[in-house]
Amino acid sequence: MITNLSVTSIMVLDKDEALDFYVNKLGLEKGQDIKQGSYRWLTVRVPGDATEISLEQPGPPVQDDATAAQLRELVTKGALGGLVFQADDVRGLYETLKARGLSDFTQEPTDHFYGTDMGVRDPFGNAIRILQPKKVAHAAKA
Amino acid sequence: MNRRVLRARDAMDRSYAEPLNVRAVAAVAHISEAHFIRTFRAVFGETPHRYLQRRRVERSMFLLRETDRSITDICFDVGFTSRGTFSRTFREIVGESPSDYRAGHEPMVAPNCFQLAATRPVVAARVAMRSSSFGDASAAAAP
Repeated sequence: MITNLSVTSIMVLDKDEALDFYVNKLGLEKGQDIKQGSYRWLTVRVPGDATEISLEQPGPPVQDDATAAQLRELVTKGALGGLVFQADDVRGLYETLKARGLSDFTQEPTDHFYGTDMGVRDPFGNAIRILQPKKVAHAAKA
Repeated sequence: MNRRVLRARDAMDRSYAEPLNVRAVAAVAHISEAHFIRTFRAVFGETPHRYLQRRRVERSMFLLRETDRSITDICFDVGFTSRGTFSRTFREIVGESPSDYRAGHEPMVAPNCFQLAATRPVVAARVAMRSSSFGDASAAAAP
C-alpha cells in the first residue's frame, strides 16, 4: 500500500528565480539543494510538510534541447500542470503576497460553497491555486 | 513572449466582467494591438476576442446553472453590453439559447476551478473569425 506522496515536480525556467519565488514570495521552505555534476536537485515544500516539490528546469542532462524547448513553450503558455495548496487564511495571505510584491494573481480571493480560494501564476506560467476549505459545522453530540 | 500573452489572457479571465478592449489587454502584454492579436492567436489558437467571448459565456453558463438571476442581468454581469449580442454569441458558442441551457442544466457540485476548466465551451458552430475588436459594434455589423 502506498502511504504518502514524497516528491512531486514542477517545471520552471530558472531554478534560482523559482527558489526566490516559492520561498521568499510564496512562503514555502527550501528542502533539498544538492548539486551532482551539472544537475541540481532542488526542492521546496510547505513548511514542516513531508512532500517535496522538485523544481525541474527543462534541458540536459534530463531532456535533449528539442524536448526542453517544447517544455519551455508549454510552461510559458500555462499549459503544464500546476500546484494546489491549502491555507488557513486566504484573504490574509493575499494581502501578504501583495505586500511581498506579487502581482500575477489569476483570481482574487473568492468564496465558493467549499471554501475560499485564489489563483496565482509563478514567474514562468505555472498555475497555483490556494484554497481555504470551508469549515464543516458538525452538530453537537447529545 | 508566451508568458506576456499569458499574462494578458489572465487579465481577461480576471476582468471579463469589465468593459475590456483589445488595446487595454494588449497593454498588459506590453505589445502593440496588431502584434498582440497575431501572437495570441499563434499561442492559443484563437483570437483574444473569441477567448474573451468564451470566458464570458462560460461564466454566464455558471450563473444560469447556479443562480436565479434573470438572463438580462446575467448578460450584463459577465460583461456583455447588449442582450442581442449575448444571446447570439451564446447560441453560436454553446449551440442552444441561454434559456434552453438553463432549463436543461442543474447546479454542478464541483470546485470552481474544475468547473471553469470542464465547462469552458468549445465553439459549437463553425463560424468565421470575426473582427478582433472587443466591442459590440463589429459583432452587431456581422450577419
